[in-house]
Amino acid sequence: MDKIVVDNLTLQYTDGTESLRGVSMAIPANAITVLFGPAGGGKSSLLRCFNRLNDLADVKTVSGRVLLDGINVLDPAMDVVALRRKVGMVFARPVVLPFSIRGNVTYGLELMGIRDARRLEEAVEQSLRLAALWDEVHQRLDDPAIALSGGQQQRLCLARSLALQPEVILLDEPTSGLDPISTGKVEAALQELKKNYTIVLVPHSVQQAGRTADFAAFLLQGELVEFGPGKDLFTHPRDQRTEDYITGRFG
Amino acid sequence: MSVSGSPAAAPASDSRRQFRATSVRRRRVQRIGFAWLSLMAVATVVPITLVVLYIVQQGGPAISWEFLSGLPSDGMRQGGILPAIVGTFYLTLGTALFSVPLGVAAAVYLAEYAQENVLTRAIRVAIINLAGIPSVVYGLFGMGLFVLFLRFGTSILSASLTLSIMTLPVIISAAEEALRAVPQAFRTVSVSLGGSRWQTIARVVLPQAVPGILTGVILGLERAAGETAPILFTGAAFFLPRLPNSPLDPTMALPYHLFVISTQVPGMPLQIQYGTALVLIVFVLGMNLTATVIRSRARARRQW
Amino acid sequence: MNGATGTPTAGGQSARPRPRRDWGEAIITRLIQLSGYSAVVFVGLIFFFLVREGLPALVDVPLRNLFGTRWYPIEGYFGVVPLLTGSLVVTVGAMAIAVPFGIGTAMFISEIAPRWAREVLKPLVELLGGLPSVVLGFLGILVLSPYLRQLLDLPTGLTALAGSLLLGGIAVPTIVSIAEDALDAVPRSYRDAALAVGATPWQTMWGVTLPAARSGVLTAVLLGMGRAVGETMAVMMVTGNAPVLAVRLASIVSPVRTMTATIAAEMGEVASGSPHYHVLFFIGMLLFVISLLVNVIASAVVFRQRSRAERVLS
Repeated sequence: MDKIVVDNLTLQYTDGTESLRGVSMAIPANAITVLFGPAGGGKSSLLRCFNRLNDLADVKTVSGRVLLDGINVLDPAMDVVALRRKVGMVFARPVVLPFSIRGNVTYGLELMGIRDARRLEEAVEQSLRLAALWDEVHQRLDDPAIALSGGQQQRLCLARSLALQPEVILLDEPTSGLDPISTGKVEAALQELKKNYTIVLVPHSVQQAGRTADFAAFLLQGELVEFGPGKDLFTHPRDQRTEDYITGRFG
Repeated sequence: MSVSGSPAAAPASDSRRQFRATSVRRRRVQRIGFAWLSLMAVATVVPITLVVLYIVQQGGPAISWEFLSGLPSDGMRQGGILPAIVGTFYLTLGTALFSVPLGVAAAVYLAEYAQENVLTRAIRVAIINLAGIPSVVYGLFGMGLFVLFLRFGTSILSASLTLSIMTLPVIISAAEEALRAVPQAFRTVSVSLGGSRWQTIARVVLPQAVPGILTGVILGLERAAGETAPILFTGAAFFLPRLPNSPLDPTMALPYHLFVISTQVPGMPLQIQYGTALVLIVFVLGMNLTATVIRSRARARRQW
Repeated sequence: MNGATGTPTAGGQSARPRPRRDWGEAIITRLIQLSGYSAVVFVGLIFFFLVREGLPALVDVPLRNLFGTRWYPIEGYFGVVPLLTGSLVVTVGAMAIAVPFGIGTAMFISEIAPRWAREVLKPLVELLGGLPSVVLGFLGILVLSPYLRQLLDLPTGLTALAGSLLLGGIAVPTIVSIAEDALDAVPRSYRDAALAVGATPWQTMWGVTLPAARSGVLTAVLLGMGRAVGETMAVMMVTGNAPVLAVRLASIVSPVRTMTATIAAEMGEVASGSPHYHVLFFIGMLLFVISLLVNVIASAVVFRQRSRAERVLS
């Protein structure tokens, strides 16, 4: 069953760069779908269409549809605030808000107006456990979040999104600045999370793509070149360009 | 590296000697130049420092509890300057009351809402112009609008409103800068978690900008507290038997008081003049120091 | 699959934002917007009032009088030219002092001074910039003028020179702050490149760094000049307030009167609506226009820099 269906999506920025050209794909639920490819391929742009974060950028034209559970999120009448709670995002550089660890996790809930202390505490513990961070921080939840290491901060960002009980989690090169151990922890958390969430990941290396992908999409200069189950795509790519990229002939 | 002077090595040693001579001259020029610039810097800073110290020395003996808390008598030649101190305090408060909310809101508009168009440019030009208008012209304007047209009369209200408009550009600029210094990433994160623009501003951006805004506000108020011309025709009075009762009363104020006692009161004891100047300086420089302390402490405690 | 409209309702989250929040936010947004426009409104208001009360002067007073060389209101002479020359002389004198000292000090702080000296000098200059001008005027009367009178053997120390010295002192902190920021903003690579081809630090400062920062330094000078032109109290207290035409060299050491001092000194004694009243507003108009010109030129010299705004308006 497909969670997100992209239907002939084309996107162009005001500075003339065309970021996406007629991309169509179906992203299955409860699995990790990886969008990989060389820089400028449109991976981040596509990701940001899913939660309408592209509204903040200088987009000139966008056409086509992005269906989430059958509803087009690109529709101007869409309630973007509700959408963004349903589709969470983790960015490349861990950006912790200037609050405590607890404050970071509860921020999204407080935005919704939730003030019940018990409910907030439950959310904090649940989210931090899901992000595999609870054991490391549960005794210092009131410390400033900035004091955490890079890897911990990134998992905190994950917990922050999880607190809103989303259905989809978008991750844009989440481990690009992290050491291998932290990277491993994040990848392990994602493997657990995919049982209940739909995960779309832009990896920072082909190797990470190969490790984590249940499904993979190869994007080259705004075009979707190939899409398929991870195992198949990485061992027997159908398109020559895909094979060239995976084997490192260009990057 | 020494130059061989023997004639047998003529061409090489000549050029080396020339090279050394040039660089010696250049170094001497530099030494003189550096010394001259240092002297200039010293000449800029030292005299006015001496000035402040001189006032402290001359005015210090006049400072006493009676001086600071008592009312004046004998045509100002004796007694204390409490009404002037209180007046300056009221004026500063009044200025803050009007200029801070308006200024911070305007800064929020410029930093978070405004787009790059003609209107925004017009606003920025207007701010720069407000900053450059001579203080006495503000006094004229204040008199024309608040004292006469709106019939507030010569009062704390008129003077505060006049000073507020004068202080507005300072606060707007400082606040806008403080808001822009907050990392853009915070806004993106807040929006991605479902926050609206105002929620993002109120919960993340503004609180982080508070130290910078506060510094700007204090520096702006410091200037307002020390100004005489804007209050000359809008609120300041020289000899008032009582402290002001309401915002519609005129008031004494330290800068105006100093001006009058140093130029228009015959037989004014020098010590009282210096004492008044000292109190004014302490008031103003105290604010400056507070702003500096806030600024450096905030920088150290920043969470980004 | 219905595609077009509708909001997602899965997961037990509210599909629509609570109306109350939307409504409150709309009001706040509107208030913020109006505050943003306020600066333009105020400039307009100020201009309007100055013109409303100042333009009648052109009617009340014949032009030949108004632009004549005698300022003697009691007898009906309202010539503003002596006031203009008074302001001019004092300002030019102030700039002659403030520019070299200001730029020199800025260069010193930015290029030569060791770290500890910079940490001391910068806050000190800022502190001095905060001194109320009435205090400087006060010391001008008690200390500077008698000293000048003695030194130069003059009938009185209350002269344009005293005014220029004080004004220079007032303008210098402004110039130093902004110019120093501009010099600081010049990329390190410029200096490194010059040094690498054999220039001394001295040559680099004047030949590379200063030219690179010239727009910011120019802004600094213009804004310092704006501050000097607009200064009221200090000049009123030390320039002697004699509205005589100041065009001879000797005028520098004679009393003069500036436009700003005239307004401040005489406004309290005029009847509202009288020709004298209108002429004073007219002078205010002139001052407004002059400062407008200076600021427009200064902002046309585009200078983008992080903490510029902070310095400019403090």
